[in-house]
This record gives sequence, C-alpha cells and structure tokens, in this order.
Amino acid sequence: MENIKFDLKATSVREINKFLHHEIADGTAPKITIENPDGAHNIAAGLNVNCEVEIRGHVGYYAAGMNQHASVLVNGNAGTGVAENMMSGRVHVRGSASNSAGASAHGGLLIIDGDAGLRCGISLKGGDIVVGGSVGSFSAFMAQAGRIVICGNAGAALGDSLYEAVVYVKGHIKSLGADARVEDMTVDDHQALESLLNQAGTSYSTHRPSDFKRIASARSLYHWNADANQEY
Amino acid sequence: MNESHNSDRKVSKEESWGYDRSTLDYIQRAAAHGLYEIRGLGAKRKVPHFDDLVFLGASMTRYPLEGYREKCATKTILGTRFASRPVELEIPITVAGMSFGALSANVKEALGRAATEVGTSTTTGDGGMTSEERDSSKVLVYQCLPSRYGFNPDDLRRADAIEVVIGQGAKPGGGGMLLGQKVNPRVAQMRTLPAGVDQRSASRHPDWTGPDDLAIKIHELREITDWEKPIYVKVGATRTFHDVKLAVHAGADVIVVDGMQGGTAATQTCFIEHVGIPTLAALRQAVDALEDMNMKGTVQLIISGGIRTGADVAKALAMGADAVSIGQGVLMALGCNSESWIGSGGQHISAAQDYLKIGTESGYCHHCHTGQCPVGITTQDEFLEQRLRPEIGAKRLTNYLKTVNMELTTIARACGKNNVHHLEREDLVALTIEAAAMANIPLAGTEWIPGNGMK
Repeated sequence: MENIKFDLKATSVREINKFLHHEIADGTAPKITIENPDGAHNIAAGLNVNCEVEIRGHVGYYAAGMNQHASVLVNGNAGTGVAENMMSGRVHVRGSASNSAGASAHGGLLIIDGDAGLRCGISLKGGDIVVGGSVGSFSAFMAQAGRIVICGNAGAALGDSLYEAVVYVKGHIKSLGADARVEDMTVDDHQALESLLNQAGTSYSTHRPSDFKRIASARSLYHWNADANQEY
Repeated sequence: MNESHNSDRKVSKEESWGYDRSTLDYIQRAAAHGLYEIRGLGAKRKVPHFDDLVFLGASMTRYPLEGYREKCATKTILGTRFASRPVELEIPITVAGMSFGALSANVKEALGRAATEVGTSTTTGDGGMTSEERDSSKVLVYQCLPSRYGFNPDDLRRADAIEVVIGQGAKPGGGGMLLGQKVNPRVAQMRTLPAGVDQRSASRHPDWTGPDDLAIKIHELREITDWEKPIYVKVGATRTFHDVKLAVHAGADVIVVDGMQGGTAATQTCFIEHVGIPTLAALRQAVDALEDMNMKGTVQLIISGGIRTGADVAKALAMGADAVSIGQGVLMALGCNSESWIGSGGQHISAAQDYLKIGTESGYCHHCHTGQCPVGITTQDEFLEQRLRPEIGAKRLTNYLKTVNMELTTIARACGKNNVHHLEREDLVALTIEAAAMANIPLAGTEWIPGNGMK
C-alpha cells in the first residue's frame, strides 16, 4: 500500500483536496497522512475513492464533507458539520465534534469518541453515527433514516420531529423533542446495536446493548393535523 | 297589504370594506375548519410592480435601432467572480427552481427541453435532481436547500451551477411543504421519506447558521466541485439591502432575489400575502447593495417574483438585474389555469369538470397543493400527469420564452441599445408615487423621486 504525506503548513487545502479528488487511481487504496491541519476548514471534503486519510490534529468545519468510499481518521477534534451529507465510507473522530456532526448523511459510519455538540445527526438520511460521549440539544432533529448510538447522555429535545431514524441512548436524556418517544428494545435493536458498536471499534466493546433505550417517532406529526377534516 | 309592502322594500347591500365577502369567507372557513388555508402560486393582492414603470423610447435625444434589422445581443454570463466555468446563456430569462414532487417528471422534462432549445437554464428545486431534467437540460442549476432532500455529491458534480437557497419570495423564513397526496413512492424514495406523509421541510440549513458559516459552506461546495461551478445564493425579499451584502460577503458568484409575488407549490395564504416585500422594491435594494460594495458586474443579480412579459424583463434589466427567473409564467405557458389540456392528437380536451372537483375554475386555480392539477402540471397522479406531454409542453414553453425575449429586444432597440444589458435606469420613469419611491425612479413628467437620497 502506497503512503503519501502532506503538510498543511507547506501545502494548501485546495492542493490537497485536488490531489485526493483526481490523483488516486481506483483500486490502489493508498494511505494518506495530513500533518498540521491547525483547524483548517473543508479538509478531505468530497472524496470519492477508496483510500485511508489520517489527519493528525484538529480540523475546522466540514471535514470529510459529503464523503464517498473513503475512510477518514481525525486524530483530534472536529469543527461544525464533520462528515456532513456523507454517502458511504467511514469517518472517525478521536476527539470531540462540534455542531451538526453527520448532518443529513445518507450512508456510511461516523464515529465520535468524545462528545458531539448541538444537532448531531440532524436531518440524517440513512447514515449511522456512534458517539462515545454525550450529544448536545436538538440531536437527531428531523432525522429521516439511519441510526444514532449515544453512549453518554443526550441534551434537550432529542429526536424532535423524527421520521424513520432510530436513536439509541445509554445515559440520561434531558428531554425528548416533539413526536419522539422511548420504545421497547426488540431483538432486532439488540442486533443492530451490537453490530454498530462492533464496527465502531474495540473500545466500544464495553457497552452492552441491553443498557440502551430506543427512541423513535410516534408518527403523530406524519399527517399535518388530525383534526383537518373536522367540519362544524 | 303587509306582503306587498315587504316585497316593495329594497334589499340593502352595503358591503363593508373591512369585512368584505372574501374576509367573511375567510372567517367562516376558519370557523368551520380550525385550520389556515394552504395554496399554491404567489401573492394575489395588487402591489407596486413593473407595470408601474414605462420606458422613455428614443426620440430627439436618443437614436433608436431598427426594430427588425439591427442586432440586439441577449447573451448573458453568470458566475464570473470565482467559478472557472461560468454559466453562459443565450437569453437573460431563466426557469426558476421548482421541485420534482411539486411538478411531475413530464413537466421537469418539458422545462429542460424548452430551456435547452432557447439556450437558457433550468433549476432543480426541493427534492433532488431527476434524470429526466438532467438529460433534457443543457444548463441545470442544482439547489442546496435546508431539507437536503436527495442532495448528493454525484449530482453536485454533474450540475452546471449550485444554488444555496436561503429563502423564497412567497415565504421568506418558511420551509417547504408537500402534502401527502403528492408524496408518491418515487418522490418519497428521492426524499428518504415514508410515502404519503405530509412533508414539511426545515426552514434552516442543518449545518450552518449565519453568514460567516455560509462563507465556509460555500467554500466547501467549491472544494468538492474543484472551483468549477458558479455558486448562487437565493434569498426571499425582505431586508434585501443587507441580505445581498451578506451574500456577497459569504462569497456568492450570483445572487437570486425572489420578491413577494414569487410562487410556491404549497404555503399558508397568510404567509404568501403578508410576508416579504414587492419584487420592485427588492430589486432596487439589491442593486443599491451591489453598487455600494462596488460589486456590480462582478457578482451577477437574478431577480424573480411575478416576471411575466418581455416588458417586465426589460424593466428588471434596466433597473440593474443581469437576468430574471420565471416560475409561474412558465407553468402558465404549459397550460396552468387553461380551460383545457392537449390530447395526443393535438385536440383540446376540457378540464372544466376536474377544476370543479377541486372547487375552482380555470383562471382562478391555485390548487397546486392538492396534487389534483386538472391540466397535469402540479401533480404526481399517474392518470393526471399524462395530460402534460413533454413534447407539447416543451413546444409551448419554447414559444413563450421566445416571445418574451423578442419583446425584450424590441424595447431595447427602441431605447437605442444593441445589447439588452445596456438598458439603464435612465430609460425608465414611474407612473405612481409608490413605484417611484420603491424603484428610485422619477415620476413621469417630473424629475421628482420621492425620498431621493434616502435608503
């Protein structure tokens, strides 16, 4: 496997992204290391090929945004919108992530070992998110499909206006949002959780699916107003 | 005696201005249903508009061009600020963003075919890109909306421009709405929603909150598409002067301003009629903002919201727009509010009964939200959507866009311009004090601009 190194002190985000978009041949699956990210925005956004990218340090907004196929490791904290609108592949943040982590992701797996800020998994459309720590308020807001696993606590209004996405929480939930409710864990839920925790890595093997609660939509907002047809 | 006395008495019909029949209807409907009215299309009330302006054609002080013989250029280039591949259009008249979901796939195909024929662009809408519209449109603008329905990097890369939608003139500050009857299995699949739900999408973007965030978001979209594509920012007209400045600051190549007369597929009537400012006022504020920042010509401006005719386009360009977008006019060219639809043999078939079924008549219909469009345009119904055949729709729309463009060049030539983009404010006067004040253009026959020098 090829090893390629970039240093953001010497090379711009534009040059690195251009390389990642155009210079990686299919099937080569190279390993790329990016040093000194220093909180730069949009690092490794728009990847569309199987490769491994390791970013050694903290990243700014939209790291690995709209990711397809690639596996991106952030050895630090991530700013707003890490792995936003991811389609496939894997993004792993060793530290904590700011707001809107994994927003509107259609596929792939986002792992955040630390905490995630506000609106984690907002408008989720089929992607999976595993958070080792806690998530902020309005997480899973209007989430449509996919799964969010929260090993710590959840902030206020969790799962507000949920569609078909499912949230699993191990810790305390400050409050549920409109139309979100706690449901019984099924056998399928146990299997799904176990699989997601396994995929997230060995450090997640200490969590037991039976300790989690399932949060899903009560579907009472699916139709705009139940009284809409009343006629007086 | 009494009876004949009564029948002689005149019935009093003194209508109230404040409680006229439409207000009475509104209150009684609210009392019956306990629910606000939702409808399609745009504001129906009369507001100061381009009709309140007229051109000063060439005479002694100006030299006209020959109407039928001399050339008048209409070429329009959008996205020259940062994009390596700006959008090049043959005419400054574009097709506004309207979603697959609001419109049928046949209609999206018809829009693409007509736009390609006349050399202009179409725009996706809230619901993702269909293969029908991508295949039929030479230039396709891909919208990035708060809902992010169907939003994906593959479609981003195959778009010709990207439009970040902050708001829309019919409902600035509001999110999308598509009632369950239009969420058929294909629409649902594209939007990752359960079929048949009443879809109410977000009014805020999921991954950015203010103009400083938007600057980074735009930068991300540029990075993903390798700085090739123009990025438009679309705002509904409210605090337009400041919104345009913030959009420029955030890095937009093109700004789209949609006035309150702009259409919608489904929004609360109170929202359509009472939130936002007229297109005329918004256009002037947008141009002021660009001039204030010395960005006129660097950042292009598209105006929309109630643009219907070549005269409207000419006035918009004279006031400082680079191009216009048309939504409702385009639908009407396809047959919206027409008495009939066109059968496979070219014969007109009456839609009167189907208008009646949804409680309206041709000429008054704004029932896009029902999904039961009698002429097959704003529907996902398998039966109704057959009423708009792509080739017939494309022909009618091509005719309409050509007509509007011919009217535009007719006016430009009469004003002595060999390029429609040379039309200028100086060519216009206003017919009403309101329009003069909003457009910052003198009242006809005077040099008076109400509030001149005040912003």
